[in-house]
Amino acid sequence: MRFVFKTNYDQDIRLFQHAGQMWTYLALFAVLLVAPAVVSSYMLSQLVFVFIYALVGVSLMILVGFTGQASLGHAAFLAIGAYTAAFMQAHGYTFATYFLLAGVLTGIVGLLVGFPALRLHGIYLLIATISFSFIIEELLARWESVTNGNEGMRVKTLELFGMEIGRNSDYFYYLCLGVLTVTIIVTLNIMRSPTGRAFIAVRDSETAARSMGVDIAATKVRAFGLSAAITGFAGALFAHKMTFLSPEMFTLQLSIEFIMVIIIGGSLGLHGAILGAIFIIMIDPLLTLLKDDVPLLIGSLAQAFGAGSERVKALEDGTQALTSTAGLKGVIYGLIIMLFILFEPFGLYGRWLKIKLFFQMFPLYKKSTFKRQKVYVKSERNR
Amino acid sequence: MTSLFKVENLSLQFGGLKAVDDVTFDVQKGEVFTIIGPNGAGKTSIFNLISRLYNPTAGRLFFDGQDITQLPAHKIAQLGIARTFQNIELFENASLLSNLLVGRHCHSRTQLWQEMLFLPNVKRAEREHRMQVEEVIEFLDLQAYRDKLIAGLPYGVRKVTEVARALCSKPKLILLDEPSSGLNVEETDDMSFWIRDIKNDLGITVLMVEHDMSLVRRVSDRVLALNYGRVLALGTADEVQRHPDVVAAYLGT
Ligand SMILES: Nc1ncnc2c1ncn2[C@@H]1O[C@H](COP(=O)(O)OP(=O)(O)O)[C@@H](O)[C@H]1O
Ligand SMILES: [Mg+2]
Repeated sequence: MRFVFKTNYDQDIRLFQHAGQMWTYLALFAVLLVAPAVVSSYMLSQLVFVFIYALVGVSLMILVGFTGQASLGHAAFLAIGAYTAAFMQAHGYTFATYFLLAGVLTGIVGLLVGFPALRLHGIYLLIATISFSFIIEELLARWESVTNGNEGMRVKTLELFGMEIGRNSDYFYYLCLGVLTVTIIVTLNIMRSPTGRAFIAVRDSETAARSMGVDIAATKVRAFGLSAAITGFAGALFAHKMTFLSPEMFTLQLSIEFIMVIIIGGSLGLHGAILGAIFIIMIDPLLTLLKDDVPLLIGSLAQAFGAGSERVKALEDGTQALTSTAGLKGVIYGLIIMLFILFEPFGLYGRWLKIKLFFQMFPLYKKSTFKRQKVYVKSERNR
Repeated sequence: MTSLFKVENLSLQFGGLKAVDDVTFDVQKGEVFTIIGPNGAGKTSIFNLISRLYNPTAGRLFFDGQDITQLPAHKIAQLGIARTFQNIELFENASLLSNLLVGRHCHSRTQLWQEMLFLPNVKRAEREHRMQVEEVIEFLDLQAYRDKLIAGLPYGVRKVTEVARALCSKPKLILLDEPSSGLNVEETDDMSFWIRDIKNDLGITVLMVEHDMSLVRRVSDRVLALNYGRVLALGTADEVQRHPDVVAAYLGT
């Protein structure tokens, strides 16, 4: 197992705690840089979606994971970013301008949502953000002069430095990778500064945070603003990736998918947002694979066990019907969420930490290491 | 001796219940002032009034000559008042180090945009915070737990961490709400030494709520006894403990 010897305070302040960590991330980054040359164009496209979802994941991590505020309204923030970008592009603004404005404007809307949200906790906040999401959806459908209503809105090809950058081009991939990398670094910077610690403090004890001098209202509103802004940037990229926007793309279903990113990834750190995004995006091709291959697999298994050809055919058709049932994806999503909440409350990232510790401590690992102790009750009175 | 903190005719009412009833006292600079009283006497309520978590029904609070009765709660730490909580209010899913760094929050002056870029001034401030925190870690012997998550720490260590977090803000006045409750004899002894060191070495005035009378006698300069929100007696530990009203209150008559 590795001991990290601390010889000076800067070690805790730095982005990377030790050289090994830095090399791991640099290697990962290098792999992502050469990926376009290696992977199929379908995979590359999926990776772009992973980046966009990871951006939203990071934004949710700030608001939900770190600050402890609930939100099922992030599809709406994404929509605001996407429509702002598309609208401004159509009116002749350059990418740099509308990309920036998509983030800033969405951030401002986030601040505005943050203020009424100050008085709400838990489930009530969740309901408030859902209502916000419905309002935006309705607005998108009705404000036809800007959004073209339910008919939807075409998004022109991205133009940067006089170059057309198609939705499936390598350049677009690099653009998304770049935005994600910068966002992660900025977020890590915040989290090692007073504002980031204030987020955590608000999440774990508002009472104590106030007494330590943390302005609860300002901190929550900041978290909302930051989170919305990042999702706004993601929205601008999303607009170009989709090339077409319509209100029904930004429903509650999408917000739930975003929340799943951090439930599955785990809310312990930014790693969770990335892992969750990979999982959510990659489960789709996985399910497709399932649909095509499982019936055949079951058929050949049956054959191996000596079933007659008629029997095999029936089995294949049966499984085919089952795996291509409409709504199967929703059921599987729901099942996954339930299983994660029940058995992996710290998500994939938490599981990874456990596995890592198991090998580091082998054979001394105790199952109870990660068990939460709750020996006393916190005073609810002071809330 | 000059007065550092003053409470004037303080009252707090919850519906029909008078949790704090016309309480007046002042705390001198450099002393350990202890409030005792049976459960539900209103001791924690007084602390919550001082931290501005509760609004008084009547009365006023003065710190360093300034009227703080109307100040918002998050401005109190900046003035130099820090506190601990009876029912431990630590940031459970953060390391001990982060907890103590939050204690430094009232001294942060960096802007969010500077933090986003982690500009040199942010880095400098972080180093300074860290240095102050390390002094407190040293002072309270918490080195072994520095990088541990609070959720996994034993009760005794959490109790000390509460005190440590309060000290990190370099307060002029520290409010300790039952610092020894739940601690064993040995830990209580440590706590009593630390309280004395806080007063003598760090020069911080202590306002404390405590049940353990032997600890109270060891460290307190003055003691105030409270029951049903009213002041029963004020004086040295022995005087107060012998006061007939106090004896009656503790015997439950
Ligand atoms: N937030 C509150 N709402 C209603 N009653 C409260 C509240 N806080 C305290 N009380 C009541 O005020 C009285 C004093 O409580 P407290 O100050 O916690 O006592 P102590 O700390 O001396 O044990 C108790 O009767 C308690 O039930
Ligand atoms: Mg109490």
